[in-house]
Amino acid sequence: MSTSLPVLTANDFASDQEIRWCPGCGDYSILQQMKKMLPSLGLPLEQIVFVSGIGCSSRFPYYMNTYGMHSIHGRAPAFATGLKITRPELKVFVITGDGDSLSIGGNHFMHLLRRNVNLTLVLFNNRIYGLTKGQYSPTSPEGQVTKSTPLGALDHPLNPIKLALGAEATFIARSIDVHVKHLTETLHRAALHQGTAVVEVYQNCNVFNDGAFNYAQDKTTRADTTIELEHGKPLIFGKNRDKGIRLNGLTPEVVDLSTGKYSHDDLLFHDETADPALVNILARMRHPQFPEPIGVFRSVEQPMYDVQVNQQVESAIANRGAGDLNKLFNSGDTWQVG
Amino acid sequence: MSIDAPQAASKRVQVVSGITVRLVGDSGDGMQLLGTQLTNTSALAGNDVATFPDFPAEIRAPRGTRAGVSGFQVQFASHEVHTPGDTLDTLVAMNPAALVTNLADLRAGGLIIVDEDSFEAKDLKLAALEKNPLDEETLTDKYRLAKVPITKLTRTAVHDLGLSPKEADRCRNFFAMGLVYWLYGRSMDTTMRFIASKFSKLPAVREANERALKAGWAFGETTELLDASYQVEPAKLAPGKYRNIMGNQALAWGLMAAAKLSDKDLFYGTYPITPASDILHELCRFKNFGVRTFQAEDEIAAVCSAIGAAYGGGMGVTCSSGPGIALKAEAMGLAVMLELPLIVIDVQRGGPSTGLPTKTEQADLLQVLYGRNGEAPIPVLAARSPGDCFDTAIEAWRIATRFMLPVVILSDGYIANGSEPWLIPDMNNIEKISIKHPGPRTEADPPFKPYSRDQLLSRPWAIPGTPGLMHRVGGLEKANGSGNVSYDAENHEMMVKLRAEKVANVASILPPQQVMGPKSGQLLVVSWGGTYGACHTAVQQAQSAGMSVAHCHLRHLNPFPANLGEILHSYEKVLVPELNLGQLRMLLRDKYLVNAMGLNKVKGKPFAVSELVSKIKEVCTASGNGRHA
Ligand code: SF4
Repeated sequence: MSTSLPVLTANDFASDQEIRWCPGCGDYSILQQMKKMLPSLGLPLEQIVFVSGIGCSSRFPYYMNTYGMHSIHGRAPAFATGLKITRPELKVFVITGDGDSLSIGGNHFMHLLRRNVNLTLVLFNNRIYGLTKGQYSPTSPEGQVTKSTPLGALDHPLNPIKLALGAEATFIARSIDVHVKHLTETLHRAALHQGTAVVEVYQNCNVFNDGAFNYAQDKTTRADTTIELEHGKPLIFGKNRDKGIRLNGLTPEVVDLSTGKYSHDDLLFHDETADPALVNILARMRHPQFPEPIGVFRSVEQPMYDVQVNQQVESAIANRGAGDLNKLFNSGDTWQVG
Repeated sequence: MSIDAPQAASKRVQVVSGITVRLVGDSGDGMQLLGTQLTNTSALAGNDVATFPDFPAEIRAPRGTRAGVSGFQVQFASHEVHTPGDTLDTLVAMNPAALVTNLADLRAGGLIIVDEDSFEAKDLKLAALEKNPLDEETLTDKYRLAKVPITKLTRTAVHDLGLSPKEADRCRNFFAMGLVYWLYGRSMDTTMRFIASKFSKLPAVREANERALKAGWAFGETTELLDASYQVEPAKLAPGKYRNIMGNQALAWGLMAAAKLSDKDLFYGTYPITPASDILHELCRFKNFGVRTFQAEDEIAAVCSAIGAAYGGGMGVTCSSGPGIALKAEAMGLAVMLELPLIVIDVQRGGPSTGLPTKTEQADLLQVLYGRNGEAPIPVLAARSPGDCFDTAIEAWRIATRFMLPVVILSDGYIANGSEPWLIPDMNNIEKISIKHPGPRTEADPPFKPYSRDQLLSRPWAIPGTPGLMHRVGGLEKANGSGNVSYDAENHEMMVKLRAEKVANVASILPPQQVMGPKSGQLLVVSWGGTYGACHTAVQQAQSAGMSVAHCHLRHLNPFPANLGEILHSYEKVLVPELNLGQLRMLLRDKYLVNAMGLNKVKGKPFAVSELVSKIKEVCTASGNGRHA
């Protein structure tokens, strides 16, 4: 049976709630690209659920005219896992931030990825605690001076992509809040992925960490400071597309393509299905030594936990018949009185 | 040594009304298995039974040491029993550590059966004993001692089966069991069947265990150490079909029954913890009943996943013991705020912190009532016995779905691992749990209000996938009706009061509280949870001795039954025995201004009936008015 669904637009996904992020916050753009992307999934509003934790980004569900849950700090993956096991047919998004996912919720983040629950997780990385007004986060660089690190942060930051690779996430991508076309496309691919898709989005917190990603956002510099990953294509970047990345052993290096010394064939070709160890080389490329990769780092298919849990139930019913409680209660050793 | 099937008993048979036996040995000696077999066999013989397994905290404490002693106590009787018994008639001890750590509980004149082969110098050293306790004269003065060469006789019985000495010695518990079966005139059939199925893939081991069991029986028949066996007639239980059931098993089955009665699939999100894990082990076997178990990465994920399932319209349940409940507190508060149905099970153990993981206690009552930030009231029910766990689970889900809120079930280590005969219910005779999810809406309909209320203040349970009901839930305070985020001061106070009133409304659907005994009088004993059996038995004994005492056992600890205040004020004195320092007593004093006194014990052990009887006696005979706090 085919019922034609009404064609939805970005506006259909907007709830009637007033948006309360600071003016100029990168969250606005991410919200907008999400709304623009969603109609392309062809799903009705009621089939979609946004689950979030706590933090600025986690207000996201309130602004979507879908089902949604604003849960507790760091635990959105756990709520979403329970929901997906119960209702595998729903399209679930987890909205989270660097503090929410990598600090208080690090444990759940890791276990969500290794289970490969079929959902899309968008991690708004602004390298700061915004909602609590400006403490450093687990992605803040060493030395960063914040309200809680007046002499500079001492702890080594986490790299979300590396963490996701470590947990063997099946889809890992990175995009940038203001890079609207790239972001929409990346969200679209993530949403279509079967299994847990992680999208790290560089998000500017213009109030407490303004400009943290200037190098990657700025239209005039970003061609040199970022590199777009494309499956099966060589790693080329630069305003004039005259620079590339080649591997020297296991070490990446930037090479100049204009001198004639190196050609495309010398460059690293991106393979989304490569071994995590290889993808890790890309994940370790950081500004300013390297252009930072954006796009899809990894995309592979693996069994999905929520699907498998339900398959076990279905096959148990098929093999043993639907359970009968009266039969169960009366099984084994029983005796009659009177 | 003959290993033939037993012949008709030729020794004297003495009829007794009830027997309490404790089987103790090293945790590797299979005492729990032995106890379970004796329990099932006695139940099948028609006795009423109550059990109390007592494990060491370490999985494999050093062999033969006092720390490694594992025990299983069972009382079987021809009358109703509600406790595993205070003092032992028989103590079966497989080694010196087991003997000396349990001897104090044996009644004078009681029977000791020991494996005398395990009282060598090295065994005594492991038990930190200088002298062999079997040589102490006081032992034989006070008790009857049967020194049985269990190890040697077992080895002889199985010698030609090609087992290693270690494997042969592992059959010792079945020899001991055979002897105990002879002593109490029990049939070996159930255990024979058990051995046949458990060791079906290991024919030699199966044969060895069968031989050991029969050899134990035959030894009883022929030895001069034992001059009589005992007969316990069937008990007069209510008519019907029975089986033996353990508390954790009954909770698991109760949850499955509740799911079926409400036409839901059960989602059980949990994290392993003693003494609650057996509920998970039980439930994960029943996938063909639609049960989805989720062993989460931690306690927090466990409860959160259950809430996620509830948002999706499933029956969300999470379970733990005290330490895990502490971790779940924030999410339980969220469930209060979201107003979603959820069951949280706390199988209590000795605390605080890691405390006494394998021992029982009732000290989490205040934690589950108050252990959350903000005003976050939750209904709390406590099961009173292994079989009662089944009914409690169903009632908890009835309340959770009727009122759209989380409900806590309290059990404890004593109930969880204890067992009793269970009158098998018929699912067709249990009232259904009706749940109505609101249906789809179109734009022509008025906007959906997820936090609108019915007359008992419950809200609609709208589930994702329903067209037109899209809504957001969250931990921020929400406006009543629309559910939109609201920071309005008046609304917040109204919502806090409304959530409290909703919990209070649960009392309106509860049956009135019952009392066993006179409707008024000198003393009322008020209890909750696993102390039911001991309190019930103690009050009955005191009543038979002519004392003016009644018993009120509470399943509902929040809200209390509507008529509880009236009951409390109908007696001169109120005694609240608890395995904590007085948590229910504090609640009763606070809510009803009643001068309740406590009998409190925190030794990781249940109450002995005798402790309660002597306290009741003391209170009833004390002259003058009730004490003042
Ligand atoms: S604090 Fe920063 S991240 Fe939060 S809303 Fe304001 S700008 Fe955005």
